Parts: sequence; C-alpha cells; structure tokens
Amino acid sequence: MKEELFVSGRDIPNIDPYLNIWHWQIPGYLYLGGLAAGILFFAALYTILNKEKEMQATVKWASFIPPIALVVGLFFLFLDLKHKPFFWQLYTTIRLESPMSWGAWVLMAITPLSFIWAGSYLREAWPKWDWKFKFLYDFEAWVQRNRYWFAWPILFLSVILGIYTGILLSAFNARPLWNTSILGPLFLTSGMSTGVAAILLLTKDKTERHRLTVIDLILIGIEVFLIIHLIMGFRASTAVQIEASRLFLGGQFTVVFWTFVFTLGLIFPAILEVLELRGYHLPAYIPAILVLFGGLVFRFIMVEAGQITRYLY
Amino acid sequence: MKTRREFIKISALGLGGVAALSSISPLTRGASAIEKLLGLNRNKPRIVKRVPSYCEVCFWKCALWADVDDSGRVVNLTGNADDPHCNGRLCPRGTGGIGMLYDEDRLKKPLIRVNGENGQTFREASWEEALDLVANKLKEIADKYGPESIALFNHGSPGHHLGHLLKALGSDNIAAPSYAQCRGPREVGFEFTFGTGVGSPEPTDIRDTRCLVLIGSHIGENMHNGQVQEMSDAIDRGATIITVDPRFSTAASKSKYWLPIKPATDIALLLAWINVLITEELYDKDFVEKYTTGFDKLKSYIRPFTPEWAYGITTLEPDLIRKTAREMGSAAPAVIVHPGRHVTWYGDDTQRARAVAILNALLGNWGRRGGFYFKEAKPLPEYPTPEYPKPSWSWKDVTNDKYPAARLSVSNALIDASIHSEDKPARIKAWLVAGTNLPLTIPQKDTLEKAFQDIEFLMVLDTMPMEITGYADVVLPECTYLERDDDIRNEPHRELNIAVRLAAMEPMYDTKPGWWVARELGLRLGLEKYFPWKEYREVIEWQLSQIGTSVDEMQRLGVKKFEGRKTPLYAETPEDYQFKTPSGKIELYSEQLESMGFDAIPRFTQHPEPPEGYYRLIYGRAPMHTFSRTANNPYLVDLMKENSVWVNPRVAALWGLKNGQYVWLKNQDGVVSHFPTKVRITERIRWDSVYIVHGFGHHDKKLSRAYGRGANDTELITRVSVDPLMGGTGMRGNFVTFVTENPGKEVVS
Amino acid sequence: MRYAMAIDTRKCVGCGDCVVACQVENNVPIGYCRDWVVESMAGTYPKLEIEIRSERCNHCDNAPCVRCCPTGASHIVEGGIVLVTHQKCIGCGACIQSCPYDARYSHPDGYVDKCTFCNHRIAEGKDPACVSVCPTKCMYFGDLDDPNSPVSKALQDRRYKTLAPEAGTHPQIYYLL
Ligand SMILES: Nc1nc2c(c(=O)[nH]1)N[C@H]1C(S)=C(S)[C@@H](COP(=O)(O)OP(=O)(O)OC[C@H]3O[C@@H](n4cnc5c(=O)[nH]c(N)nc54)[C@H](O)[C@@H]3O)O[C@H]1N2
Ligand SMILES: Nc1nc2c(c(=O)[nH]1)N[C@H]1C(S)=C(S)[C@@H](COP(=O)(O)OP(=O)(O)OC[C@H]3O[C@@H](n4cnc5c(=O)[nH]c(N)nc54)[C@H](O)[C@@H]3O)O[C@H]1N2
Ligand code: SF4
Ligand code: SF4
Ligand code: SF4
Ligand code: SF4
Ligand code: SF4
Ligand SMILES: [Mo]
Repeated sequence: MKEELFVSGRDIPNIDPYLNIWHWQIPGYLYLGGLAAGILFFAALYTILNKEKEMQATVKWASFIPPIALVVGLFFLFLDLKHKPFFWQLYTTIRLESPMSWGAWVLMAITPLSFIWAGSYLREAWPKWDWKFKFLYDFEAWVQRNRYWFAWPILFLSVILGIYTGILLSAFNARPLWNTSILGPLFLTSGMSTGVAAILLLTKDKTERHRLTVIDLILIGIEVFLIIHLIMGFRASTAVQIEASRLFLGGQFTVVFWTFVFTLGLIFPAILEVLELRGYHLPAYIPAILVLFGGLVFRFIMVEAGQITRYLY
Repeated sequence: MKTRREFIKISALGLGGVAALSSISPLTRGASAIEKLLGLNRNKPRIVKRVPSYCEVCFWKCALWADVDDSGRVVNLTGNADDPHCNGRLCPRGTGGIGMLYDEDRLKKPLIRVNGENGQTFREASWEEALDLVANKLKEIADKYGPESIALFNHGSPGHHLGHLLKALGSDNIAAPSYAQCRGPREVGFEFTFGTGVGSPEPTDIRDTRCLVLIGSHIGENMHNGQVQEMSDAIDRGATIITVDPRFSTAASKSKYWLPIKPATDIALLLAWINVLITEELYDKDFVEKYTTGFDKLKSYIRPFTPEWAYGITTLEPDLIRKTAREMGSAAPAVIVHPGRHVTWYGDDTQRARAVAILNALLGNWGRRGGFYFKEAKPLPEYPTPEYPKPSWSWKDVTNDKYPAARLSVSNALIDASIHSEDKPARIKAWLVAGTNLPLTIPQKDTLEKAFQDIEFLMVLDTMPMEITGYADVVLPECTYLERDDDIRNEPHRELNIAVRLAAMEPMYDTKPGWWVARELGLRLGLEKYFPWKEYREVIEWQLSQIGTSVDEMQRLGVKKFEGRKTPLYAETPEDYQFKTPSGKIELYSEQLESMGFDAIPRFTQHPEPPEGYYRLIYGRAPMHTFSRTANNPYLVDLMKENSVWVNPRVAALWGLKNGQYVWLKNQDGVVSHFPTKVRITERIRWDSVYIVHGFGHHDKKLSRAYGRGANDTELITRVSVDPLMGGTGMRGNFVTFVTENPGKEVVS
Repeated sequence: MRYAMAIDTRKCVGCGDCVVACQVENNVPIGYCRDWVVESMAGTYPKLEIEIRSERCNHCDNAPCVRCCPTGASHIVEGGIVLVTHQKCIGCGACIQSCPYDARYSHPDGYVDKCTFCNHRIAEGKDPACVSVCPTKCMYFGDLDDPNSPVSKALQDRRYKTLAPEAGTHPQIYYLL
C-alpha cells in the first residue's frame, strides 16, 4: 500500500485538493479567441485570394463576430485576474517566453484590426449607419481601398492567435495533460473549425456553403487524427501522463469527452456534412451548432481536467 | 435547595453558539480576527522589546522570548537559546502559542450561572461580584463541612496560586491529572526500584545514547521538545532505536527495529528481554553486583519467560526479541529503555514500569552517559508566609487507604470522594478547577457527571470556554501565560537553571492572572497574611534576590544557569552511591511490595481482548496539538483540524470502509461517539486495534473551530482498570466498533 | 552564489513547526501556507517505510513560473531566489499552473505568493524562519557555492534526491535520504 498525505493539513483554496485556479473565464476566453481567429483567418484568406464575391458570409457578414468575441474574450480574461487593479502591468513589458504575455499583445494588435475590418463593412450591413464625422468616412474609404493590405496582417495575426490559444495550455509542462506538443495544433484546428462553423451559420450561398463544408470536414478529420494521436502519445509517455489520459479512458471525463466532444462535436457533424455533400438536404445549422458546441465543451474539459493532473501527491 | 447542574452549552450571551452556526467558515473568521488583532496588513511590525517567558502550551515549560511590537502586542515567540529545555527552538505548539493569546473565543469576562426561564445560563459579571460570590460560597462550605471539603483540580501554573490559597484555608486536597491519568505509575514503579521517581523533564541522556528503546512512548508525536531534539541528535549519531508499538509511529519509522506488539502484552516482552539478558549474560555484572539486590530471585523467577513463551502472547518473533535484547546489551551502558510518560494503560502499569526499571538496572545505565543522568534543580526558597493550618484530613486519607503506594493525590479518588451515597456520604463538597479540562481528561464520564451533580459549588479558572466551564457555577477568565507574571521555573536538568515568566503585554479583555485571583479570594477570606505582597512581581523579585539575581537581570537573560551542582551529572565514584530504597540498593526484588501484598517481581497477566467485531481503542498525541487545549488554536487547527480513526486495510475491507469516510465509534458499553471521525485506512496499525489522537471531539459550541471536529476518545473510555498500587486509571481496555449511519447525533457541517 | 536547502528526511518528524513559523514570520494568512509537510508511506504491515518531507518552493534553476509570467512579477534575484513582486502581479494564475510542485497560492489580496527563502532574514544573516525553528534541526540552508555552508556540508556525505526531477525544473530543495 502507498499512502501519501499532507500532515500539515494543507488545504489552500483553489489549490487543494487539486488545482482549480482557472474557472470558466479562461476556457471561455480561449474559445472566443479561437473562434475569432478562425473567422478572421478565412476572411483574410479569401480576401487575399480575391474570392470576396463568392465568399460573402466569410469575408463580410461573419466579420462582425470577431471584434465582439475578442472584446468579450478579453473581458473574460480580465475577470479571471485576481489582482485586477494591476492589469495594466500586462502592457508594461513584452515577455516572449510567456504565452500569456504575447497573447495579450497579439490581442492588443488584432482586436483593433478586427474592428476596422468589420467597420469597413458596417454600412453594407446597416445602410442607415452614419459615421458622423467626415474623417471617419475618409478612413472607411481608405480601408475599403486597401483591404488587401489589411488582410495580410490579419491573416498572420489570426494564425498566431489561433496557435496561442492552443499553446497557452501546452506551455504549462507542470500539468501532465497539457504537456504535449499536439495541444497547440489541436486547438488551432478546433478554433478554425469553430470559425468555419460560425460562418456556415450565416451563409446562404450554395458554393460558399459547399466549400466551407469541405474545409470543415478536412479540419474535423485533422482534429480526430490529432485527438487519437494525443491519447496514444499519453499512453506511451510517463507515468503521470498515463495517469492523465485515464481521465478520458474510464476516468471522470470519459463520458463528457467521448459523447459531447468526440461524437456529438466531431463525428456526428462530420457524418451530417458528408450526407449534405452527397446531396441530402438537412438543416445546415445542425452540424454547425454541434461543432461550435463541441469546441466549447472541449476547452472547458481540457482546462478543468488539466488542472486535476499533477506531478506530485 | 439544590438544582441539578446542567451543562451550559449555549452561552446566554449568545456569543459562541450563534457564531458557530453562521455560514462563514470559522477558519476564515479566525484568520481575519487574528489579522486584525495583529494588524497583519501593515508592513512588518516593528519589534521594540522582547520579554522572557516560558511556554504553557504543554508542561515541558520551554523558555521563550516574546517579541513585542510598537503597539504593545506580542507578534512572535522564539525559543531561548540558553534554555536546556528547548535550546532555542520551540515546538509547533509553542511557536503557535500566540494563537492561544489571540483566539477570539477566549473567556472575556467572569460568568455566573443563573436559573433562567429556559433553563440555566451564564450571565456576565464584574470581577468584584464574581469574587465575592466565590468567597462567600467557599466560606459557607468551609464553615459547614470544614475547609478540607474543598478540593482543587489543577494542571499547569495557575494551580500553584490556587493551591497556596487552598492550603492557607486549611485544605490539602489538591490533585492533577498528570498523576493518576498520566505518569503516576512510572514514578511509583521507579521509586520501588531505584528509590527515586523519574520526574519531568525525564533525565534520559538521549543525545548521547547508543540505543534507545521506546515502549509505546511515541517521541516525535509526543512533542516534548528536549526529547525530540535529543532523539534527532541520536539519529544523527547513528544510534539504534527500538520501538515497541502496535502502531507504526513516527518514532517506529525512524527505528532499526519496530516491534508491532499486540497491545496489553508489554510485560511479557519485558520479561522475555530480561530473560535473554540474564540467560545470555548480557547484563552489566559489575553494576548488578554492586548496586542491586534480589538478582538471584529474579534470575530463577525469569527462567520460564523465554522469547518463545512471549511469542505466543505478544505475537513478536522470538528471534526479534533476542536480537533486540542483544542490541541493548551491546550498547550498554549507553542505552535507555525509556520509562514512558503517559503510562496509565492496563491497570498493572506500576508493575510494567517496574519491569522497565529492572531492565534498565540490568543494563547498568543509571548515572551513566547515554543512560540516565543525575538531574539537579537550582534550590529556590519560597516567599516567606506563615505556616499553613494543619488539615484534619487530606487526600492521603482518601487515597492511601485504597491505593497504598500513591505518593500524590489521585484525582479519581477525590472525584469518588465527591459522590454522595447513603452508606458513604461525600467528603468533598466544592471544587476549584484551574487549567484542566476534566470532561475530556478524566475517563468514565458517568462518574464525573455524578460528582458534578453532588458537589455544592464549582469554580473554574480557565482561559477558554472549554467543556469544564459548562459545569461551573462561576467561571473566572484567566489571562494567558503571555499576559501575566508567574512562578519562576526551576526544573531539574543537566545544568542548574531557572527561567522567568514576565507579562509580555497587558491582559486582553477583562481577564486576570491566577495569582491575582488567588490573592483577591484570600483577602476576602481573611487570609491576608498569606498574601503580604501586592503584585506577584514582588514575590519573584524576592526569590531572585535570594539566589543572587534580579528581575532586571532576568529580563535580559530569560534563563540563567548556575554553577555548583551538588551531585555529579554521571556517577563518577559509583562506590559511594546510595539509592533511596530501604536497602540502599536497586531493588530488583521488592520486599516492600511483597510486604504490602503485591508481586515482588512483575508478573504478566492476561487482559481482556476485544470481542468479535470490536477493536481495541488506542490513542495518543499529534505533534501539533496538546490534549484538548489547542483544539481551537487557529494556527494549530490549520495544521490539523480533526482527528481520524486509523484502520488497518484488512479491517476496512471487512467493513467496506472508504478512506475519508466519516464514521461514529461505538464502544463495548454501547456508548457512541458524539461526533463522527474520518476513516484513515493505513498499514500503520495492527488489525486488532484502531487509533485516534486524543483531544478532539469538543462539544462546547463556544469553541468555534474545535466544536464537532473529530471523535473524543475520553467519552469512549467507560471502563478503566485501576492500578491497585497507586490508583492510575488504565484507559486502554476499551473496544470500539464502527457505526456508519448517523446514530441520530448532532451533525456539524 | 546559489542558495539551497537540504532537509533530512530521517530526522524530520512531521511536526509542522516549519509551517507555523513561516505563517507567523511572513504573515501568511490562516488557511494558506508557503510550506507544508508530506508524509509518504510505502509497504505492507509490518514492513513499512515512511518518508517525511517539509516542502516549499524549490527555487528552481530552470523556473517555469518565471518564464511564463507575463508581467515580470515573478523573477529571480541574486542567489537564485525566485520572488514575486506583489505590485506587478496581475493574478493571472499562469505561474500557479506552471509550477509542478503547487508551491504557489493566490493570496486573498489577489496577488500570488510563495516562499521567499525568507530573503529578508537572509539579508540580516539569519536562517529562514522554518530552518531556525525546526526542533529536529533537520533543515540545512546556505550557499551551494560555498563548500563550508551547512547545505553543502549536508549534501557532501549523504544520498539525496529532489522532487519530480523529470519536470526539468532543476529544483534546489534537496531531500537527504
Ligand atoms: N482519554 C484520554 N485522557 C487523557 C489522556 C489521553 O491521552 N486520553 N492524557 C492524560 C494525560 S497524559 C494528561 S497529562 C492529562 C492532561 O489533562 P489536562 O491538563 O486537563 O489537559 P487539557 O485538555 O489540555 O486541559 C487544559 C485546560 O487548561 C486550560 N488552560 C490552558 N492554559 C491555561 C492557563 O494559562 N490558565 C488557566 N487557568 N487555564 C488554562 C485549557 O483551556 C483547558 O481547559 O490528560 C489525561 N487524560
Ligand atoms: N504533541 C504533544 N506532545 C505531548 C503531549 C501533547 O498533548 N501533545 N502531551 C505530553 C504528555 S503530558 C504526555 S504524558 C506524553 C504522552 O506521550 P507518551 O508517553 O509518549 O505516549 P503514550 O500516550 O503513553 O502512548 C501513545 C503510544 O502508545 C501506543 N500504544 C497503545 N497501546 C499500546 C500498548 O499496549 N503497548 C505499547 N507498547 N504501545 C501502545 C500508541 O500506539 C501510541 O503510539 O506526551 C507529552 N507530549
Ligand atoms: S514542548 Fe512545545 S508546547 Fe511544550 S512547552 Fe515546549 S514549546 Fe511549549
Ligand atoms: S519543523 Fe522540522 S521536524 Fe517539524 S515538520 Fe518541519 S522540517 Fe520536519
Ligand atoms: S517550485 Fe514552482 S514556484 Fe518555485 S521556482 Fe520552481 S516552478 Fe517556480
Ligand atoms: S499571477 Fe502574477 S506572478 Fe503569476 S504569472 Fe501572473 S502576473 Fe506573474
Ligand atoms: S524559507 Fe521562509 S518563506 Fe520559505 S518556507 Fe521557510 S519560512 Fe516560509
Ligand atoms: Mo501527561
């Protein structure tokens, strides 16, 4: 028998018996960041590829989501901070080794860009909108002329943002469940996939829908591959990681993970999408909503479960 | 007319009870209160002075410095580096002593019991009123039944002051649980053998020993500071430790040999060890020849008690018994078979202590380096006061009739003498209680309850609203040890030394020192000639001046060491050594005992075994708590907030118990613990016993952190085996089983 | 200069004095702690072994908590001591997540706190509070670069281990076996 216990009665709030320092704010923040990154990526991509006409929802209508998602996400992050009056310290230094730091800076850069991007389409969506000041009209016109040049930094920053939402967790080697290089690509793919799903909810165009469905299927395929890889990786790794993977293989997260994330969030929407491509007409919002929901649950589970896994005790 | 004395649980002042039920965790409340009191949120306090004192969290009496900040508050306690009791290092309880000072549940004002409409309650009173009431009651009872009918139960420093008062009044009925519930049998066993008891601190030369044998003594959990420190030194020096304990104690984990003895069979092991030492001629022949009597009788007596014989009784392998005996023999004389301290286990404890003493004698370690050194105290004259009146009867009459070898008063005998029956009217009518929480200290609750009902008056002097206060007619709040001057400590040790306790800060709340209470009562009782001083500082100053020092000097030193021991530390010229026994020698065979009708050499007797489905209840200490007194100390509660019941995995499997599950314990007489305790499944205990730490399971709601935490071993000890020699209450003959469903008791969330 | 601590698991009795002393010395709120005591037992009755360890921040040579701190609140000072500047800390919890030893906690006032090796006492030439109270004198503190420091001496002639070396943090609390 092995018995290990704190004889000093250690029972620190949110640290013992297992870490619970991050609650809903961080997964919410990661989710919204990934979602925004996905949408911005495809908006920028199709702008650069000059497919703005066919991909109206991608480039235009969905672009109103990222600024909101980013602001709300940042607000979530702010809510998570325990020493709030000092939050400005984030922007007094750039620390490249700290994902938290460069994430904050990337958000600092991409959030205004996403506002400008959405703003340049605002009057197409709401023709009655009035910018009030002349210089704003001038600015709008300038942006509209130079969308292509805006698309490049957005493309670039959205990839970084997407990777960041994955890397943030995997940078914490101390949590065996997060300590894997697969988590970054996995969250990036998942973020892209939720972005695509969000656009799918908005598009009415057949070609756009078809194209996005294909992309989503590919992304789902990659995700499934990565998830299997992730778990196999854990099984072949150190004792603490084998222990960590048990959370999904019989442990307390097994049911939620395999039902909500894997089956309902990936496999089921993939099947529906395949059927759709084969010509069956199904309500298009169902797979999209499932993907969006699956992605959300995935982040909550990963944050929650990761904090339970530890090296000692 | 006499009304039944109800136990007052909820204070009429609505202080504790309501607060304890509030939704805020008592822990955090304690924290914020302490922080506020200490002003923790400002920067580091500026320490302006340090005041010498000694610790009162247990009775090792470590000398310490109290750091006082610029607002006059004690903020830190550290050991006095010159103190042989602590060598500059306090134990966790001592370091956490400020938790006792700043405990917001402290008694804050005198309380008087009143009969209200909804039963009995306390009301706050002024000191004037409370003291008048106590004095009148005592006078009334003394007039009616004689002053001898007033008894004092005490432990620790307030006892001396009230003892002086009581003796001045004409009663010598003063008892402490540290005798008949603690080390009495050991003292008597050693007196019969060596002519002197062991005393406190034990003169065991652990730091220089080559072999330390611990029989139940769980040093390391038993945190008596100097011994723990010396055991650590011994480990450093590679000494062999042999631990005999049914539980894998901390000490056992540091030992070369762990002997997981079947409880209640230690005498068999001791006899077998003696057998091996003698048959293999491992004993110190010169020593035995020069200093002992009765060896031949012992030798022939011991013959049948071979390790093989003991195996059947103790479940310990004969080989292990032989090996450990040889280890002792080869380390002799630098070997200690520790006499233990809390030794009231099975009723034949004086005889077990004798067996330990005999074993030590055979190893020739008395007065030897690494064995037992000769301790000596600095003689300190008492402040001159008139002779006490001679009582017409005293505890000796009550106790020695029944327990012929008792040298100090037996608390349980005084309790028996307080119970009234037709054929035996009570002789004791009033109690003063100071510094002892009798309901958690004295076994056999029924008897104690009867006494509480039969006595006419009960005054309690305490610092905390402990269970005992719930039975009092008048509760007097004493200030803590850090807020008062007190007696000079002059315990015997290797070096002659004294330590002082000076008040480090003004008493918080409306609390007073014990000496002040004693004097005020004395004045009211017309005993002013016994209290010719106004402040206790005068007494201290006078005593210090008699030994060539002063309060001024002691304020600087805290501890003062003196030259001029009368005896050497170790026996240098052993030829001359005279033992204080009738024969002047160590009595391996005790004719004294024989003449009193007891065994001259210890004998093994079988004790009752747990019935089917029951386990022997054994108990002990946790290093971070002292009995019941620290159970509400915020710092120490933070380290351990409740006890758990240790259960062997085999037993747990049998009962389907889960680790961490709460269970109630029920004893052989059907008594169920008031509160549940957590199951700790562990290989560290035999399957015939369960273990809990003593001092938990408080049921007074005014103790906001301690209330309802864990199980109380004392309430489960309904059977005691009384030591026929000295009245010790053997408490380990109780058996418990598990109750997994709430038996309808109060539950605390 | 490299400060480190060595703790003799053979002598430690798990009393928790180091924990109380730290709480009092460093105003650690009740319910929280910068150090704690772990007892780990292995075996089956009656062949049992216990290791008792007083644990705290390991002041890692390769400290992930410092690396992941977005504001620089967590930093390393002279002697390898890892510290947190409370006024720079935003309470994001990243360092807490990154510590394999769970040595940090979120102070009720919002910032993150942890063992400082009592740098305020070291500056006065004293031992850390926990070291100076330990009744079994089982803790040794000092400069590893000084071969005569108590910690160097303790490590010279004893076997020792560190905790979770596989986490790659190069911890500087050594446990003498
Ligand atoms: N079941 C069981 N019973 C036991 C034991 C056991 O292990 N199990 N152990 C036995 C042993 S070895 C002993 S020595 C005894 C100890 O028995 P006690 O000395 O009765 O032990 P405590 O429970 O600590 O009670 C101490 C009381 O003193 C009060 N007190 C503390 N400081 C002061 C002070 O400065 N002034 C005043 N006036 N009061 C103060 C506390 O609030 C508390 O009410 O218990 C014995 N009884
Ligand atoms: N931390 C702390 N330290 C203390 C105290 C305290 O309250 N707290 N109190 C002090 C006082 S006053 C005293 S008297 C001492 C008491 O401390 P000790 O004299 O050292 O211990 P005991 O209470 O006699 O014994 C407890 C041990 O005996 C074992 N045991 C139980 N039954 C048997 C048996 O049948 N045979 C054998 N061989 N062992 C058995 C238990 O498993 C446990 O390990 O502690 C002192 N030190
Ligand atoms: S051993 Fe601990 S509790 Fe007892 S007097 Fe010393 S410091 Fe105080
Ligand atoms: S104070 Fe010393 S003996 Fe006690 S737990 Fe801490 S390190 Fe161990
Ligand atoms: S133990 Fe944890 S907090 Fe301390 S330096 Fe290492 S990683 Fe950082
Ligand atoms: S919580 Fe404070 S110290 Fe920790 S990483 Fe965030 S800012 Fe740095
Ligand atoms: S070194 Fe200081 S801060 Fe660190 S655990 Fe010890 S007492 Fe606490
Ligand atoms: Mo005792």
